[in-house]
Amino acid sequence: MGRLRSVEDFHVCQRALRRAVDRHIPTLVISAGTCGVASGAQDLIDAANEEILHKGLGDRIRLRVTGCHGFCEMEPSVLVEPGRAFYPKAKPRAMARIVNATAKGEVVEALLFHDPDTGQPAPRQDDLPFFRRQVRTILSRNERIVPDRIASYLENGGYSAVVGVLKLGRPERVIEEVKASGLRGRGGAGFPTGLKWELLARAPNGRGKFLVCNADEGDPGAYMDRSVLEGNPHSILEGMLIGAYGTGATEGILYVRNEYPLAIQHAEIALREAREYGLLGEDILATGFSFDIHLVRGAGAFVCGEETALMRSIEGKTGEPRQRPPFPVDKGIAGKPTAINNVETWANIPLIMEKGAREFAAIGTPNNSGTKIFSLVGKIRHTGLVEVPMGTPIRQMIYDIGGGPVGAAKIKAVQTGGPSGGCIPVDQFDLPIDYDSLAAAGSIMGSGGMIVMDENTCMVDVARYFMNFLRDESCGKCFVCRKGTQRMYEILDDISKGHGTLEGLALLEELAQVVKGASMCGLGQTAPNPVLSTIRHFRGEYIEHIENQRCPAGVCKDLIVYSINANCEGCGACVRLCPSGAIAGEKKQRHTIDPEKCIKCGACRSACKSDAVSVA
Amino acid sequence: MTMAQHTLSTAERPLCAQRAVAPDVIERILATHGNGHGGLIAVLEATQAEYGYLPETALRLVAEKSGSSLVDVYGVATFYRSFSLQPRGRHLIRACLGTACHVRGAPMIVEELERQLGIRAGETTPDGEFTLETVNCLGACALGPIVVLDDRCFSQVNTAKARQILRKAATHREVAPLAAAI
Repeated sequence: MGRLRSVEDFHVCQRALRRAVDRHIPTLVISAGTCGVASGAQDLIDAANEEILHKGLGDRIRLRVTGCHGFCEMEPSVLVEPGRAFYPKAKPRAMARIVNATAKGEVVEALLFHDPDTGQPAPRQDDLPFFRRQVRTILSRNERIVPDRIASYLENGGYSAVVGVLKLGRPERVIEEVKASGLRGRGGAGFPTGLKWELLARAPNGRGKFLVCNADEGDPGAYMDRSVLEGNPHSILEGMLIGAYGTGATEGILYVRNEYPLAIQHAEIALREAREYGLLGEDILATGFSFDIHLVRGAGAFVCGEETALMRSIEGKTGEPRQRPPFPVDKGIAGKPTAINNVETWANIPLIMEKGAREFAAIGTPNNSGTKIFSLVGKIRHTGLVEVPMGTPIRQMIYDIGGGPVGAAKIKAVQTGGPSGGCIPVDQFDLPIDYDSLAAAGSIMGSGGMIVMDENTCMVDVARYFMNFLRDESCGKCFVCRKGTQRMYEILDDISKGHGTLEGLALLEELAQVVKGASMCGLGQTAPNPVLSTIRHFRGEYIEHIENQRCPAGVCKDLIVYSINANCEGCGACVRLCPSGAIAGEKKQRHTIDPEKCIKCGACRSACKSDAVSVA
Repeated sequence: MTMAQHTLSTAERPLCAQRAVAPDVIERILATHGNGHGGLIAVLEATQAEYGYLPETALRLVAEKSGSSLVDVYGVATFYRSFSLQPRGRHLIRACLGTACHVRGAPMIVEELERQLGIRAGETTPDGEFTLETVNCLGACALGPIVVLDDRCFSQVNTAKARQILRKAATHREVAPLAAAI
């Protein structure tokens, strides 16, 4: 396939690619995004290839290597099409069995996902509780598309949406449709995308306009943007092409966090291929429309997720935010009108133009339309990426999809919105997950990170963790944020070490209000949220640290003591691992820990098979 | 093989030798990266890719040849977390301290790595073998805690596995993904 020179060329090419696909041949789909590779997906791929070659099954079975599907806890996993059998945590030595069975149209029942409660095998991936409640508008595409091959995107209908838009020839139609869809920015602020684009479209043409894809994804615990960019990079490029046509933008920038090397690699391949095919560049498909996109790498700064800091970073400067107004649509990169949108927002655009605004808006709740991808992580049984309609209750997310707690410890809270967000306690889990409800509860939806916390999580430690992160990431430009986050961290650190006072707690709350009210940018304005929400919902834990020098969850090192309880069988596994020689005991006798020598490293606890190490 | 090392204070620690920087290398980097978006950041990223870190001489040359002030170059070099002004060791160990990894015990893993290597996070062992750094989220949150050794990513790490990772790296054996083995 070479350069496509016209709309007709495009249709011929796409038809040819689609005709060449035989959807009846069984296909093993192996997810090999960053998580998959870290779990050993490459070994599965190698084992599968070897067996297929060895048995000469090349015309009876296919292998498709894709990005993340979302059930990260179960990786490396294999999905079989068209039957939809799902093999979780597959081992390389099992691949021969899976390959041979699949080639015959059969299933290896013993290796399927078995329901942990009933022990029953799930015949199809879609039956699993983790998947059943999801509406995988975006994530399902990660199963079908091979990210480093544009042909794969094309044969799955890719670029049809933008070609349709170009054929129609009415840029204003794009704005109308995106407005009607009700799409709100998926990066966290939830600003109506259609309105942002309308403002950009109104800005004068002639001097150049920018569109930016913000793939900085700084919230620790959130990685849905990584998965979309790794697994389906062309969807972002297509979204930006549509946006450019609708707004008159002349240049696009894809700003990717440099901690995501695989996403950067796939994005660069996609950009190169799109240019080779003539879908990016001058006079695309001879329609007179020109647009190109360049990749800019981040260099490690959370504040660069803030749009004015992002623009400065693109200009090669320190990522210090500035006052708004002027807003980027009026004065952005190099002083030119600029619109910045999140990865997931861009991924929704081709879907909206293809299916229409009405179908898009049919999912979700009033004012919160469409689906949202969440990263469900932390102390929960099934961790991974979950795509659900906006307005899904937290409870459903955590217990039905996530499978509830891991182990005996009860779930206590869920932290949403990253360092700008707050903790929602379990008694509020009936709240729907949307922009407005979570804000009312003292948190924000943010980019979609949902970190589940249980009885063994100390909320003072969580607040201290976030404040440590924020004071480090504060750019330093404004005094209130720079000093305020530092002082708030120090007070929290004191409390976690048993040196806190009630006056200090009152000062912490007062400082939080000042930092919230007087900081110049979103980082400072939301920095106090984790502190304020944990004090609001878990005040008792703070008081316990302050008045009794006790950490109820057993986390704050200065306030806990490691000891060995009656479960000890005297196996000595802990003795060998203890770096300070603090454990003593006879074989098969209960051992003891010398608190003077114990450095609370936790090695004994992680080695013990009898749950004999207590922390209190 | 014991990894324990006598911990030197910063004052005692011998200064790792700074690498020599050739002006034409900087000119080449500026020509390739200096004019596009990302500007100075892209230039510094390319410089760090070349030398493993940002030598002082390189910063001075970048300033001189690009017409930027040294203060601006230094400002960008120290603002962004991924830049290092100190030479790095042969192996780079990065431990993730993202929220999901944190609630699963990442701080204890960092402490264990610090203890085993005899250095604090952000430092390099005196023999130049290991640099230990913390990262604020690599995006593999479902599999945390995560430790990355050079370009190999290890998932669900605990203190015992952390020691194994170091042992294997030190003896130059092929570092297999631990998650698959366990």
